[in-house]
This record gives sequence, structure tokens and C-alpha cells, in this order.
Amino acid sequence: MASNDSAETTGDATGTVVGRRRAARYIVPVAVAGVAAATIGLVPALADSGDPELPKITAQQLVAKIAASDQQQISGTVKISTDLGIPSLGGLAGSFAPGGGGSGSTSSADPEAKLMELASGTHTLRVAADGPDRQRLSILGEGSEYSVVHNGNDVWAYDSGSNEVYHARSEEAGGKAGKHTAPEGMPATPAELAEEALAAAGDTTSVTVDGTAQVAGRDAYQLLIKPKQSGSTIGSVRIAVDASTGVPLKFTLAPSSGGKAAVDAAFTKVDFAKPDASSFSFTPPKGAEVTEAGELEAEAGKQGSADRAPQDLGALEDFKGLDVIGEGWNAVAEIKIPGGAGLPAEGSGEMPAQAQQFLDALGDKVTGDFGSGTVFSTRLVNALMTDDGRVYVGAVTKDALVKAADTAK
Amino acid sequence: MSRADLTTAVADGVPGAPRRALWTFGILRSELTTTLRRGRTLVLLGVLAAVPVLVGVAVRIETGDGSSAGPDGPHGPAFLAQVAGNGLFLVFAALSATLPVFLPMAVGVVAGDSVAGEAGGGTLRYLLVAPAGRARLLLAKYAAVLAFCLVATLVVAVSALAVGALLFPVGEVTTISGTRIGLGEGLLRAGLIAVAVAVSLTGFAALGLFVSTLTNSGIAAMAATVGVLITVQILDTMPQLDAIHPYLFPHYWLSFADLLRDPLYWDGIVSDLGLQAVYVAVFGSAAWARFTAKDITA
Repeated sequence: MASNDSAETTGDATGTVVGRRRAARYIVPVAVAGVAAATIGLVPALADSGDPELPKITAQQLVAKIAASDQQQISGTVKISTDLGIPSLGGLAGSFAPGGGGSGSTSSADPEAKLMELASGTHTLRVAADGPDRQRLSILGEGSEYSVVHNGNDVWAYDSGSNEVYHARSEEAGGKAGKHTAPEGMPATPAELAEEALAAAGDTTSVTVDGTAQVAGRDAYQLLIKPKQSGSTIGSVRIAVDASTGVPLKFTLAPSSGGKAAVDAAFTKVDFAKPDASSFSFTPPKGAEVTEAGELEAEAGKQGSADRAPQDLGALEDFKGLDVIGEGWNAVAEIKIPGGAGLPAEGSGEMPAQAQQFLDALGDKVTGDFGSGTVFSTRLVNALMTDDGRVYVGAVTKDALVKAADTAK
Repeated sequence: MSRADLTTAVADGVPGAPRRALWTFGILRSELTTTLRRGRTLVLLGVLAAVPVLVGVAVRIETGDGSSAGPDGPHGPAFLAQVAGNGLFLVFAALSATLPVFLPMAVGVVAGDSVAGEAGGGTLRYLLVAPAGRARLLLAKYAAVLAFCLVATLVVAVSALAVGALLFPVGEVTTISGTRIGLGEGLLRAGLIAVAVAVSLTGFAALGLFVSTLTNSGIAAMAATVGVLITVQILDTMPQLDAIHPYLFPHYWLSFADLLRDPLYWDGIVSDLGLQAVYVAVFGSAAWARFTAKDITA
């Protein structure tokens, strides 16, 4: 017994030592994982080498620099993140847009439909330009790419996911094709975004230079634009401008409610050399379905009731009734719907019950001196639809919108 | 400091492995031949080779009679729409069709079986008789799995190329950016893509090897490895788990498509390679820690 006991004890002792050594080996994978995690966490912090030292400059000089910038050749990668508080527009547009249900008459390569997708989520874009006649814009998707190529008189759009091609001659596209590729209100490059923001400036706006930053490896000044009035949903607009060329490299639009930027577009890579000429040439690949711009409009005209909505809207604008209340950032557009009917009442037959429910779920009921109505809100734009048929739309808070409606009354 | 000390202690404590290059080479060669000549492996490769045939024939039948090309509505695997116009795209379509499930499943079967199968079959201890050391045996096993990754990918690519050339016209390639490149460069990019896909599988292969060292049952190891694959693939599709997606090994797998852009776009590929390297390091060393400390009873 005694000898047995001692044997067991020694066995245990060696067992513990070996066990400890064995356990120690697992330190290696744990350490590797730890180092990897730390590196992933630290690299962005280390790469951010601080703000560059640049000579002082006034806001006016900086704006002039942007205006004077005549950079004809540019190519680069742009990352654009939008969070407008609209439920995923890509999917919605697909299901609500006329003909989106797969009737086969619309082309998925149609630029306007495609560019609407940029209104929500994060996208990587590639841009290239060589003078006013040759531009290219690509939206990189997973395993696919959507490109719009403008070369002279031709505008080509190619959707590699569905292998469809859209083609327009610039006579049809209406003059400058560059405008055509970016529908109104959907500026695609930081340069266009910056221009729009500056156009909105006035007495109501403070424009300052807010230090420097590094964007896409280049030194840049930061232009900070803020509304002086309160009540706007827009908190600030920040534009990083390349110090040597004056090209806007980054655009950030922060809502006044705080949180994530509503729009954040920035070059992650930029090159001011002349882009390769081959990137502006396009020949439809074999087997691809080519839609000509003219055909598409003709098809759209033939479409039935689903298409009436946009036409009705167009008709609305032709009627009277578009007033602007307030000025600057707090401007609110008042639209009077002819006939004085607000949201179609339940059971009126004008709108399916589901659609009615859907609209009610989207909006908040409000009341004020103006009467009562429904407010539809996103992070930037709010709209008030009164029960007696007026619509107030503006980039202002809900309270400011109600106040505007009250003053209009 | 203490961690560094411990690591040295561990390194010193490793039983002196006889460094015989010849033995290592012999083990590597025998591992390669047993892995690649096993009936199961050949069946897996056969199934993989059949996928491009199926896809090619299906596309051919659909576009053969009617004039319209490409399916309406939601798209299938990427590049499918271009196959009818250019047979080379069948390579890309077949790789993006097999990459999410078929390819990693085959790799999971081979990797999961590599150590556990030998342990279960009672042959592992005979392998350990060879004076090469456990670490080298494990390395040889991993090398054999990696070789399988490359062979499996090439089988899909070559089979797709053959079917594509047979059923569809082959010529100048339109990149997904809409620019044109010659057939030679197209083939070069196809080769590059096959290599990128094979390398994308290395992290998962290391994970499979680690799972394989945990058990003595080959079947259990294979099932667990494939189970992990499916779980992670599901997690990768859930938008609510956005924050952890960049750390999941399949997350950047389809970035190989970036090699078809013009100019080439490297960001996704670089992220993929970095992520795979981390997985190889973590699970490779975990497999080493487990295998060199394991009691081999069978």
C-alpha cells in the first residue's frame, strides 16, 4: 500500500508539470490572436499621423481656391456613406418604382434608377475625369460593378450584374451629359456636393476654416459651414479641400440631432494625373442587352397606372401654390394641393387600405394653429401634410415646421 | 516580460526533435500522395468538376434557342449573365458558385479528416514512429491540405474553362468595369483569381486542422468543421451582426471579383489575405499546441 501511494504521488507531480507545459503552449495562439486584434485596432490610430501644418488661410481665400480650381484630370476612389433615416431605399425603390417588379420593360442599367441606390448605405465609387468631355463613374458592388462612361457625345451605362447596357446620345440626354449622370439632388462627387453647399450660403450661414486634415494621403484645409439660425436639421457641413489643387476631397454633412453623419463622401485614393484613355472607351460586350435612351422613355409612356404618380406630381407643380416660407436654412416650401384634399381619407377608395396603413405608420400626427396633419420625418428633411391639403417641406425640425405652418395660416 | 519568459521556456521544453530534412520531405510526399489519391478525395474533385458542367449546360439550354440572353429578375451567382457572351466567364461564374459552399466543404472534409482520421484508424502512432517530430508531421499534414485547396480550385477553373470554350464563344473579355482586355490577359486574370480563391481557403483549412486535432473521430471532425463553416456563413449574412463581419473568414471571399475590375482594385483582396493570415496563425498555432501535447492512444 505504502509503495503504491508514493508511486501515485510522483505520478501526480510529473503530471502537473507536464500539464502546465501543455497548457503553456496555448499561450501562442492566444498571443497571436491578441497581437492581431491589437494591430487591427491600432493601425488606423497610427496611420492617422495628425493634422498637417499648413499656412493660415481665411475662409474667403479657401472658397476662392475651390472656385478657381481647374483640375481637369482626376481619378480616384470615393467612399460614400449616407444615412438619411430613410428605410433602405435601394429595396424600396425596387419594389415601388414603376415597372420594378420585373415586367422587363425597364433596364437595370438606367442611370437614374441606379444612382438612387446611393441614397442609403455605404458605397465605394470610382471616378475618373479627363476634361469636360470624358468622365467615368463606377459603383463597385460585390462581384459586380455599375459604370457610367461619358465620352464625347455618348453616354454609356453598364451594369455587369445583369449584363445590361444603357446608351444615350448627348443630344437626347440634353446637353451636358455630366449633369445627366447625376440627377438633381444627387451629387456624386465631393466637388459637386461642395458646390451645392456653397450655393446655399448667405447671411444665414457661417463659413469658417476649421484647421487642417489629411484626406487620401493629401494635406487639406477644412471648411466648416454652419447655419446661424436654429431650427435647421442640418448641424454642420464640413469640406476638406486639397491644399495644392483646391479640389474638395471630403464632404461631411452632420445632422443637428447629432449621431452619425447623414452624408459622408470622401476620396480614399486620389490621383491628379491623366487617367488612362482606355477607361473612357466602351463597347457593349457580346450578348449584353442594350437599351437606348429613347426606347426607355417610350416604354415608360406606355406603362399603365403605376406611372401616373410621377405625372400627377408633375402636374401639381404646374398648378399654383409653391410658396417659400422663411429664408436660408430654415426655408420651408409650402405646396397647395389643388382640390384641397389632404391625405386620402380611409375608405375613400383612392388608396388601398394597406397603403393607407403604411402611410399612417410612417408619419406622426401633429396639431397646431394651422389645424392638424401628419409629419413625415427623416434625419434631414421633414414634411408636414395637413388634413386640408397643404404640404410643408423643409430641412427643419418638426417644431420649426409646425411654426412655419402656423405663420402661413 | 513574464510572457516572453514563458514562451522561451516552452520553446526550450519542446522535446528535441531530430532535424532530418529527408524525413520531413518523405513525410510530406507520403502525406500528399495519400491525401490526393484517396478515393474520397477523387470523388470530391469529381463533384467539383461537375459543377461548371451543370452551370454551363444550363446556361446553354436557356440561351440556346431563344434570342434573349440572361435571366430576368434576381440574379444568380455573379457573372452568370456574361457566360453566354464569353465562355471565359464560366470560370468566374463557377468559382463564385462553388466558393460559398462546395469548395470549403471539400476542404473541410479533407482538413477535418487529416489528423482525426488517422487517429481513428489507428495509424497515427505509426506515423509518429518516423523520427520527424510532431510539429513537422502537422506541418506536412497542413501542406497536404493546402495542396488540396489549390488542386480543388484549379479543378473547378480548368473544368469551367474547358466547358466554357466548348459551349460558348471565347474572345476578348469585357471587364466588369466595362473596359476590354485581350484573351491572354483574361486568362492571366482567371489564373490569378484561381490562386486568390485557393489562398482564401487557407484560413478555413487551418481551422479544420485544429478541429481535427481535438478528436479521434474523423467523422466528428469533418462534421464539426463543416458545421462551423455553415454557422459562420449564416452569421455573415445577418445585417444585425455588421460589427463582427470583417472578422469572419468568409467575409472577403467574393472579393476575388475585384481582380476583374479595370484598373484592378486591391483593397478587398488585401483585407482577405490579411484575414486569412491571421486565421492561419491563430488556428495553426492552436493545432500545434494541441497536437504536440496530445496523448496519442490510437
